[in-house]
Amino acid sequence: MEITINILLTIATAATPLLVAAIGELVVERSGVLNLGVEGMMIMGAVGGFGVGYLTGSPWLGLVAAIVVGAVFSLLFAVMTLSLATNQVATGLSLTLLGLGLSGMIGTGFVGLPGVRLPDLHIPLLIDLPIVGKLVFGQDPVFYISILLIFAVAWFLFRTRTGLTLRSIGDSHTSAHALGIQVIRYRYLAVIFGGACAGLAGGQLSLVYTPQWVENMSAGRGWIALALVVFASWRPWRVLAGAYIFGAVWIGQLHAQAFGIPVPSQLLSSLPYLATVVVLVLISRNKRLTMMNTPASLGQPFVPDR
Amino acid sequence: MKKLLIAMMTTAAALSMAVTAEAADKLKACWVYVGPIGDFGYSYQHDQGRLHAEKELGDKIETAYLENVSEGPDADRAFERLAREGCKIIFGTSFGFMDPMVKVAKKFPDIKFEHATGYKTSENLGVYNARFYEGRYVMGQIAAKMSKTGVAGYIVSFPIPEVVMGIDAFMLGAQSVNPDFKLKIVWVNSWFDPGKEADAAKALFDQGADIITQHTDSTAALQVAEERGLKGFGQSSDMIKFAPNAQLTSNTDNWGPYYVERLKAVLDGTWKTDNVWLGIKDGAVELSPFTNMPDDVKAMAEATKKKIADGWNPFTGPVFKQDGSQWLKDGEVADDGTLLGLNFYVKGVDDKLPQ
Repeated sequence: MEITINILLTIATAATPLLVAAIGELVVERSGVLNLGVEGMMIMGAVGGFGVGYLTGSPWLGLVAAIVVGAVFSLLFAVMTLSLATNQVATGLSLTLLGLGLSGMIGTGFVGLPGVRLPDLHIPLLIDLPIVGKLVFGQDPVFYISILLIFAVAWFLFRTRTGLTLRSIGDSHTSAHALGIQVIRYRYLAVIFGGACAGLAGGQLSLVYTPQWVENMSAGRGWIALALVVFASWRPWRVLAGAYIFGAVWIGQLHAQAFGIPVPSQLLSSLPYLATVVVLVLISRNKRLTMMNTPASLGQPFVPDR
Repeated sequence: MKKLLIAMMTTAAALSMAVTAEAADKLKACWVYVGPIGDFGYSYQHDQGRLHAEKELGDKIETAYLENVSEGPDADRAFERLAREGCKIIFGTSFGFMDPMVKVAKKFPDIKFEHATGYKTSENLGVYNARFYEGRYVMGQIAAKMSKTGVAGYIVSFPIPEVVMGIDAFMLGAQSVNPDFKLKIVWVNSWFDPGKEADAAKALFDQGADIITQHTDSTAALQVAEERGLKGFGQSSDMIKFAPNAQLTSNTDNWGPYYVERLKAVLDGTWKTDNVWLGIKDGAVELSPFTNMPDDVKAMAEATKKKIADGWNPFTGPVFKQDGSQWLKDGEVADDGTLLGLNFYVKGVDDKLPQ
């Protein structure tokens, strides 16, 4: 029993950064913007979070800093692609490259220093409940934030008027513009939200998952988050499912190995990408499904005629 | 305005020339790293070696480095650039730099090249390597003494001889204390992914290991050990700051003395191509202070370390392969060639080597 709980806890920690970054990117893409800079924003959040956490001694301030750094960094992307209408794919990629390099430079002084860890929230009494106690009431704060985020985003996109507007912009920015909706303003906010989420995911890495700073510590998680959005066909709850499936497969194979069952771990490492390709093939075969979920103006620059 | 600009530019040009002229008197030594110097692992340690050389030799040398140079065609360019920029000796620190270095060394016969962990040499290209397995043998002994469950976890990256050598040496060390010692192995297919390393450590602990060691580069696994109140070993760098209550010792690379020795040789004109495999006795492999263990274990570890420093090889027979056949006869010592191409486990390792 103990081991099952431990496995589930490990899965939750592994899935949380994917989940947080992906839910942010989902909102961005729903608004019709493709930001491939998730990895870069995440690593900037990680170094910002670690740095502030280390310097102030407060992991909470670190977490806030991670969010702010991610949001500010995404602003760069927003100005380039939204105000200056640059190519989103190229700008996103350069944001990732910039983030990886810049974070390494900023973080030089933090290498080899023990960081601060965000404490687990232990809810008294409830944590002593059998089984669910530790799982539901004894996790780290970012875990709770990630679950709240899923609820919030799902509700916002599909239950509020603003969410509807955002989705309509993603489907056709020209029509939205014709209706008098301020396309660029919505997209700015969406991109910044995505940046904040990626930054939070980075903060989770350097303050919860592995409290330390080392270059490239995001190790491709931003890309998995991007894949996850497509895998989830732009639906919030499927992002949750996807993140936990990817996490479970990864942790499961580690346990299988430790148990002595030989598994092709190279194959399993590539599973998130394989699964995404399969999902892409499946949804592109079904026209109606594609129409329903894919933001139609995804990745297209919008230049309002003045 | 324009005049001022021109004046400024001329001054700047003159200044930069002055810097070069002054630099010409010094020996310029350059390094090429495969990873970022901020990895707190392999490349970090090489860079510490560079800094050590700078400190020791003071103003006799000036140094430069390129980090994050990927193995392959990019490496050609990196080495050539450094050669053209006036480096008199260039250290390449990754196995995959081998062929690029051979090529560039041929082109610049007046420049000295040194390649870590390779095997191709020429007039102006030497190779150097460290016997990390010596430290791992000592760690294996400590693990067997310290473990209550009799099981250790071992996180590994890729099945190359260097890694297999480490696993085998660790296992032989452990078996010398407890013949029934068990070793659980998890492959993470990455040299460097703190998250995955932490997950692997958790999985190994959950399955009964109470000591962790790794042949990956981050401190993550050790931090998990610290959180759980269990024990583990550091890798490449001394990681005691990350795990003050968990780290037993760390297998540390110390390239500084070698770099100083070679640079001195260039300075006094005695540099010759070489092929060295340095170990504990040369100070290239260091075990950081033995901590968090009782005195008798510490004494045993110190004794073994001394024995190795005095020339004893952990791969001394009788040693059996995993399938039960005998590899080394009584008293037979494995030769370096076999070790450098090692591709099988010793008896008792409970894992199938990925091929």
